[in-house]
Amino acid sequence: MSVLVGRDSRILVQGITGRDGSFHARQMMEYGTRVVAGVTPGKGGSSFDGVPVFESVEEAVARTKPNVSVIYVPAVLAQDAIYEAVDAEIPLVVCITEGIPARDMVDVAAYLRGRSTRLIGPNCPGLISPGACKVGIMPGFIHTPGRVGLVSRSGTLTYEVVWQLTRAKLGQSTCIGIGGDPIVGTRFTDTLALFEADDRTDAIVLIGEIGGSDEEDAAELIESHIAKPVVAFIAGQTAPPGKRMGHAGAIVSGGAGTAQEKMARFARAGVPVARVPSEIPALIAEALRARGKSGLRVVTGARKRAARVKRKPPMKVDSRVRARPRVKAKARAKRKARR
Amino acid sequence: MNLHEYQGKELFRSVGLPVPPGEVASSAEEALEIAGRLGYPAVAKAQVLIGGRGKAGGVKVVKRPEDLAREAGKILGMDIRGHTVRRILITPAAEIEREYYAGVVLDRKAETPVLMVSPAGGIDIEEVARATPEKILRVHLDGRGLPAYRARAAARFLDSRFEIQRALAPVLIRLARLYRELDCSLAEINPLAVTPDKKVWALDAKVVIDDNALDRHPDLAGLRDPGAEDPGEVEAREKGLSYVRLDGTIGCVVNGAGLAMATMDLIQHHGGKPANFLDIGGSSNPDKVTAAMSILTRDARVRAVLFNIFGGITRCDDVARGLLAALDRIGTKIPIVIRLTGTNEREARDLLGARGMTALSDMDEAVRAVIARAAEAA
Repeated sequence: MSVLVGRDSRILVQGITGRDGSFHARQMMEYGTRVVAGVTPGKGGSSFDGVPVFESVEEAVARTKPNVSVIYVPAVLAQDAIYEAVDAEIPLVVCITEGIPARDMVDVAAYLRGRSTRLIGPNCPGLISPGACKVGIMPGFIHTPGRVGLVSRSGTLTYEVVWQLTRAKLGQSTCIGIGGDPIVGTRFTDTLALFEADDRTDAIVLIGEIGGSDEEDAAELIESHIAKPVVAFIAGQTAPPGKRMGHAGAIVSGGAGTAQEKMARFARAGVPVARVPSEIPALIAEALRARGKSGLRVVTGARKRAARVKRKPPMKVDSRVRARPRVKAKARAKRKARR
Repeated sequence: MNLHEYQGKELFRSVGLPVPPGEVASSAEEALEIAGRLGYPAVAKAQVLIGGRGKAGGVKVVKRPEDLAREAGKILGMDIRGHTVRRILITPAAEIEREYYAGVVLDRKAETPVLMVSPAGGIDIEEVARATPEKILRVHLDGRGLPAYRARAAARFLDSRFEIQRALAPVLIRLARLYRELDCSLAEINPLAVTPDKKVWALDAKVVIDDNALDRHPDLAGLRDPGAEDPGEVEAREKGLSYVRLDGTIGCVVNGAGLAMATMDLIQHHGGKPANFLDIGGSSNPDKVTAAMSILTRDARVRAVLFNIFGGITRCDDVARGLLAALDRIGTKIPIVIRLTGTNEREARDLLGARGMTALSDMDEAVRAVIARAAEAA
C-alpha cells in the first residue's frame, strides 16, 4: 500500500471541462490514473474523452462511486466545490486551486471538523503514488516507484527534489503536496503519521518553508512518534521578514516562522536538515543504509501481500496517533523469516 | 494589501469604531488648513506602509501653526526605511490616560481568527508577547464571531472600571466583525486609548486586506497606494508575477514560489546575494518572462540574471521563447545563466542554441555559474 492513493483509487474531477481541469484530467489519464467521472454544472450528460460528465458531485457519486475528488475550479468557486465533495462523503478531496480567500478556508476548516473527509490543499500540486496513481498537476515522468515518502508545502521545489531522488535511484512511495496556504486540510503531522503506518515507505522527506509553525509541530511529532528516518529541507532562509514570498502562507511575521528556527527545531529532534536540495538524496540514502534498506526496490513478497490487502478508506489520522515501532519490527522479522 | 492609517481609520469610522477626527494632507498649507479647523494641539503623522514611524521622527505633536508648518515640511518627503512620506494625517492631540492593544489576526494552528487584547498598549505586540506574555489575552473567534459575553471578559482583562469596560466591549465586537466582513489578514488598534473623560478612542489603525479576497471588495481594491510600494513590485503584480526586491546583485527568474525561495537560498549558500524573489508562476506565458526580464534589467544593482526553470506544467520551450523575445525587445548586456530541466527541455535547448546560448541542467551548477558571471561583471 502506498499512502492515500493507489491502483484502486477512482477519481472524480470537479471542473473537468475547464481550461486547467481538462488539461490535467488528460494528463492524469495518460499516467494510468482511473478517472471515473467529471462534474461541470451545465454540462451534465456529456462526456470528456470517454469519461461521463455530471451536473453534481452527488450524481457522479451515485453513478460511478469515486473515492477521490480533485478540484480544478477557479478560486471564487472553490469553497463551494469543497463543500459539495464533503457533503457527498467522498473520503479524499484534493483541491489544486490557488488564491482562495483565507476566510473561505476558515469556514471550510470548521466544517470539516468531525467529518470523515480528508482534504489535501488548497494551493497544492496534489499527490502521486508513482506508477499507480497521479492526482494533481505534477509532471509524472520525474517520479519513479520506490520506498521514500515525500511531503511538501511547495510545487516546483517538490519536483526538483523528486527529480534528484529519482536520479539518485531513490524511488518514491507517495509524494504529497499539502499546499502553500496558511490554512490547509492536511498538515505535515497528518502525513508523517500516514507514512509511519505505511509498510511501503521506509524513509520520509519533508520540505517545509517559512511561515507558520507546522514544521515545528512536525519536529515534535517526530521526536515522540515517528520511528522511520526523516530528512528535512526548509526553503526561505534568505527571505526578508514581513514580505509574502509568493505563497500566501510563506511570510515571516513578528520574527516568527523563520527558516532558521525551523531548521534548528528539526536538528533538536535529531532530523538531518539538508542545507541545499541536492544534499537530500545523500541524506536519505545514508538513513536507509543505516537501516539496511535500498530504497528503490519493492520487496516482492510485500507487493503480493499488499495486492491482497483490501484497501481501507483514507482515514483522518489524529496528529497524536501512536506509531507502533515494536509491532513493525516484529512484522519485519516475520517477513525475513519467510524469505 | 496594507492600508495606510488614514484609510484604516476611514474603515473603522464606517463600522462605528470610535476614531478621533482627522484628515490627510499632502502639503504644509493643507496641513495648516486642516489643523485650523480641528484645533491645536495637533498631531502630524507620516502615512507610510511601514512600522516604526514614531522612532524615525515621522510623528510630531505641535502646539502652534508655526510649529506645524515647520514639522510638516520636515515630515513630508522624509524617507522612513526606504519609504518616502507623501501624506501626513492631521488629528487633534488627545490626552491619554491609558493605552491598550486590540488586534485580530489569523491563528493558523487553530484555523480561526483570534482576537488579542493587552493592557500593554502603544508598543509592538510582538514585544509584549516576548517580554510579558501574561499580559496578552487571546480569544478565538468561531462562526459566532465575538459573542458579547466574551467581549465583556476581554474588556475586564483590560480595565477594572465598569464604565470603561462598557465602552471597550463594543469596540472589540466591531473590530472582530470588521476583520471578517472585509476579509482582513490583520485589523489592529494600537493604541486603543482611554482619555481622562473616560472615553475610548482608536488612535491608530493597522489594516491588512487578504489579497486573495480583493475581487469581492472592489471598493477596497481602490485603496491600494502604488506610490507607496516598490515600482518593480507594482509592475510585477500588474503582470501577474510575484516579485519581492532584495538587497543583492543576482537577479533570479524562477517558476514556482518554493523553488524561487530555494534558489535565493542556494545563491547565498554559494556565496552570492540574491537581488530578488521572482515567481513567474505555473503558466508558460512568454509575456510574463519578458515582463520579468524588463523589471530585473531596470534594477541597476543586478549584475547577472539566473533563470531556474523546472518544466512541469510550465514548458521549457515557452520560457525560452519568452526569454528570446525579451532580449529582442529590451536588448540587455547583463550576463544571463539559464538552467532548464523537464518538459520540452530539448526543444528549449534547440531554440537557445540557434541563438548561441546554452542552458545548464543542474541547479547547483547554474547558481555557481551565475555567481561567477556576476563577479566578472562587477
